[in-house]
Amino acid sequence: MVIALIFALIVIFSILFHFLSPWWFTPIASNWRYIDDTIIITFWITGVVFTAVVLFMSYCVYRFRHQEGRQAAYEPENRKLEWWLAIVTAFGVAAMLTPGLFVWSQFVTVPREATEFEVVGQQWQWSFRLPGKEGQLGTSDARFVSPDNPLGLNPDDPSGQDNIVIIGDDLHLPVGKPVKVLLRSIDVVHDFYVPEFRAKMDLMPGLVTHFWFTPTRTGTFEILCAGFCGIGHPQMRGNVVVDNEADYQAWLQKQQTFAQLSAPKKQ
Amino acid sequence: MSAILIFLAVIAGIVFWWLSQQRLMAKPWLEEGPTGGFPATAPSSLPAAKIGLGVFLAVVGSLFSLLISAYFMRLSIAQLTRTDTGLLPTPNLLWLNTGVLVLSSVALHWAQVAARRGEMDNVRAGLLLGGVSAFTFLAGQLMVWQQLSAAGYFLASNPANSFFYLITGVHGLHVAGGLVALGRTGAKAWRGIAAVRLRLSVELCAMYWHFLLLVWLILFSLLTGWAGDFVDVCRALLT
Amino acid sequence: MTDVTVRADDAIPAAEVEDVELYHPKSWVTKYVYCQDAKVIAIQYSLTAMAIGLVALVLSWLMRLQLAFPGSFSFIAPTDYYQFITMHGMIMVIYLLTALFLGGFGNYLIPLMVGARDMVFPYVNMLSYWIYLLAVLVLVASFFAPGGPTGAGWTLYPPQAILSGTPGRDWGIILMLASLILFIIGFTMGGLNYVVTVLQARTRGMTLMRMPLTVWGIFTATVMALLAFPALFAACVMMLFDRLLGTSFFMPSVVELGSYLQYGGGSPILWQHLFWFFGHPEVYIVALPAFGIVSDLISTHARKNIFGYRMMVWAIVAIGALSFVVWAHHMYVSGMDPNFGFFFATTTLIIAVPTAIKVYNWVLTLWRGDIHLTVPMLFALGFIVTFVNGGLTGLFLGNVVVDVPLSATMFVVAHFHMVMGVAPLLVIFGGIYHWYPKITGRMLNDRLGKFHFWITFLGAYAIFFPMHYLGLLGVPRRYYELGEMAFIPPSAATLNIFITAAALTVGAAQLVFFFNLAWSLFRGKLAGSNPWHATTLEWQTPQTPPAHGNWGKELPIVYRWAYDYSVPGAAQDFVPQNQPAATGAAA
Ligand code: HEM
Ligand SMILES: [Cu+2]
Ligand SMILES: [Cu+2]
Repeated sequence: MVIALIFALIVIFSILFHFLSPWWFTPIASNWRYIDDTIIITFWITGVVFTAVVLFMSYCVYRFRHQEGRQAAYEPENRKLEWWLAIVTAFGVAAMLTPGLFVWSQFVTVPREATEFEVVGQQWQWSFRLPGKEGQLGTSDARFVSPDNPLGLNPDDPSGQDNIVIIGDDLHLPVGKPVKVLLRSIDVVHDFYVPEFRAKMDLMPGLVTHFWFTPTRTGTFEILCAGFCGIGHPQMRGNVVVDNEADYQAWLQKQQTFAQLSAPKKQ
Repeated sequence: MSAILIFLAVIAGIVFWWLSQQRLMAKPWLEEGPTGGFPATAPSSLPAAKIGLGVFLAVVGSLFSLLISAYFMRLSIAQLTRTDTGLLPTPNLLWLNTGVLVLSSVALHWAQVAARRGEMDNVRAGLLLGGVSAFTFLAGQLMVWQQLSAAGYFLASNPANSFFYLITGVHGLHVAGGLVALGRTGAKAWRGIAAVRLRLSVELCAMYWHFLLLVWLILFSLLTGWAGDFVDVCRALLT
Repeated sequence: MTDVTVRADDAIPAAEVEDVELYHPKSWVTKYVYCQDAKVIAIQYSLTAMAIGLVALVLSWLMRLQLAFPGSFSFIAPTDYYQFITMHGMIMVIYLLTALFLGGFGNYLIPLMVGARDMVFPYVNMLSYWIYLLAVLVLVASFFAPGGPTGAGWTLYPPQAILSGTPGRDWGIILMLASLILFIIGFTMGGLNYVVTVLQARTRGMTLMRMPLTVWGIFTATVMALLAFPALFAACVMMLFDRLLGTSFFMPSVVELGSYLQYGGGSPILWQHLFWFFGHPEVYIVALPAFGIVSDLISTHARKNIFGYRMMVWAIVAIGALSFVVWAHHMYVSGMDPNFGFFFATTTLIIAVPTAIKVYNWVLTLWRGDIHLTVPMLFALGFIVTFVNGGLTGLFLGNVVVDVPLSATMFVVAHFHMVMGVAPLLVIFGGIYHWYPKITGRMLNDRLGKFHFWITFLGAYAIFFPMHYLGLLGVPRRYYELGEMAFIPPSAATLNIFITAAALTVGAAQLVFFFNLAWSLFRGKLAGSNPWHATTLEWQTPQTPPAHGNWGKELPIVYRWAYDYSVPGAAQDFVPQNQPAATGAAA
């Protein structure tokens, strides 16, 4: 009796916790609202299943608990019931998977007009690189890394010279424009994660990975590292500032290019 | 990961074939009696050691398929990022070693046939020849390593070299392990145990040898680049 | 196969010839220490696994203390925290759960449940334990090595695992890899036994469809483990080469804290594929034995046949096969070809169907049963709640887009603890309460057992249920402190303190369990041979605890399936598997 009640209370407690707890997504700041929607659909479906299964279980525990003279039924199987349950489950799964795959196909198709920029990870800080006037990111390799050239840009690649390099400072992005983020690491695996943007992606040494999003509101957002990268992992922070167009251009003017950064040292 | 998936598909095929004979559709609660009326579902009549070796070979097969998968996967990434071609020169000695390993396998097959017929002298001769030639194979592989490193292809120079040494090394270790078992079988043979009792041991050795030969032939074609060519041809045909 | 001429003596099932070759202990040492009896090996495995598991438990307390009160403990530096995480995760998954389910339960139950005298290769079986012990010792040694154990996270991702930004880079990682290699060798030896014993040593009448689901679960899990562990083996060997011999299997050209290293051409994502090719099946290697055992607990204590036995068997086989084609769901955001996401999300969610069927069949077994709320039954019920909870959150993480925001957050930590930490552990406890009387001849104390259950079950739920919401909020995993984060409200710190309090309570309750194990060994109620009135063979041995060779002079003969509970018209509410058909008894 009490035992059945406790199992039922677990369900009730869980539902109350879900609706009443103050811990929930941070307000979104990108176009990936669909991801949140898919999560909510999933919450509803799984929540119903959890409630149904556990309440049914606690009912059975109450109703069929051992009492003097009770004998269990002999019921090896019930094909019809089992098939029905399997089919209903398959539909429930499909109801979660289908929207998920649609959103994923958006996630993997980068819009043509997206502008590129590069995020470079190293133990334990974020750096950024934007294409310059010519709109091209030059080549790079961990081999070229030196104190003057912390991002390892290829010094002999002309298309890299005008690239804007941001080290130890905030990244700015214009609001409302899709961006394609290229991710590169010069040491270990990191993961570029801004909770408000929902999207995240690993920085895999040896490869350049990517994802895209559109910032939808202005403000300053924290960048975390979500790929364990050694002792400094929790300290690997940064900021993205989403500006309106005018502020963004003003900021852009003040940034230095790769050529400017390495020039004085060369003399 | 295609190599391991193909390997697993084969294993799954065997498992499902076997399961299909175990009456998985039966309703066991309706069948009473010492056999349930179906003797075919009892354990097979093969000796447990043979089944055991079969299962072990599946494990070893899985290991080699994974190494092959890893080899191909790294190769495709290297081609993507244009780091290296992934191939080493093939010393001619490898051909000789392959021949020696075939000889070893044939010798053990002969020993196995002889053991079934009860011809002890031939069993001994087969075991001896098989053992010596397997030993020669190992020595030959070591010489291949020596030749390669003399030519400047060191283990750590690049991942293509590392894979070559790793894969040949793992295979060699399996041959060496087999030699231990073969040694024990040989000791029994010379102690004069009856051929009937020796039969199982010899059969197990032969089975293991044939398997390692098969693995070697696959690895050899892989390391010389034919397997890669073959895959390319298939891919070209498909697209 | 056709080239083998079957001789008369080959045709006898192995189960019956085994007696001749059965190994006989001669002294105390060969009986309890250097012993080839699967039952003794099972106990050795279990005690070793529990001892090392206790280490992992203590580590979890330390981690929880740090997360609740960051910076308050001088003995938990960031380095320590990462070493604790790594060792905790690895010990729990491999050295505790895998070893206990397969080496412990597998060794004890397989021969007894299929009616064999012992495993088919007892000597190899004994070696398996000794190598396992060696693996554990090597692992423990890394705590004392210079620089301490590795802090690379239990996934040991390169390049980080072998570079100096990670603790334990000098010795820890080497010992960890060596220990894993040993574990896999030892496991393979044991695994061959479990598989071949089920194949070849079943007693007369024990067809596959008459086997208890426990045997099905352990058997399938072992087959999977034999095929999946080689991936970890290969990966470990390759990383050991990278670390010791300077090869670059997993190493692209990288910089280590500012200076360029002599590596290049390798690929860290290759490690991830190999690791998860083992790692995902590993989840089911732990889950399938739990599924099997819990089915038997529920059926026995609800006095009712397991509902849909055939579906249960098919589901085990289907899950086992499918779980080899879902590994990359751990790598959705690793930068692999994003189109793989479609395939792996689909396969992952398909597995949910056979898994859900199993859950339905467990609760439908309760329906119209005669439920005895014994301690094993309580643990089984607790398992259903936690497993359903953890299984359902798996649908979030398997569905590729949903995984994007949630991956690498505390949501993941909560999910896998619920589904592969707490749920299988509850089954292990349930199984111990259930079979302890057979192993020792005495019952475990009931009151202590109930106390242990309620604290463990409710406590574990209180730890891991709210943790999901930290993950939704965006709290990343593997952070030894959160520091200042604008999007995290201060209330999250309060929640962390609550979780830690629950974790410490649960941990303390385990001491009660260990006390119960020791105390009942001498003072427990005498059990008799079949205290739960169960049908399966292990309860029908002539002696309790079963003697060497299990069955006395003659092997049992099996006449029926494992679930003849409450058969209409039968004299008792159970009919043992080895009881011949009485004339006129209902089928
Ligand atoms: C009451 C018991 C337990 C508690 C309080 C506990 C606590 C924790 C904590 C605090 C972490 C670190 C989370 C982070 O910062 O990322 C962790 C990680 C982990 N735990 Fe547990 N744990 C418990 C039981 C288990 C069990 C039974 C398993 C078996 C599967 C397990 C497997 C793991 C794994 C695999 C990790 C991940 C390690 C890593 O990130 O590398 N834990 N646990
Ligand atoms: Cu990090
Ligand atoms: Cu998985």
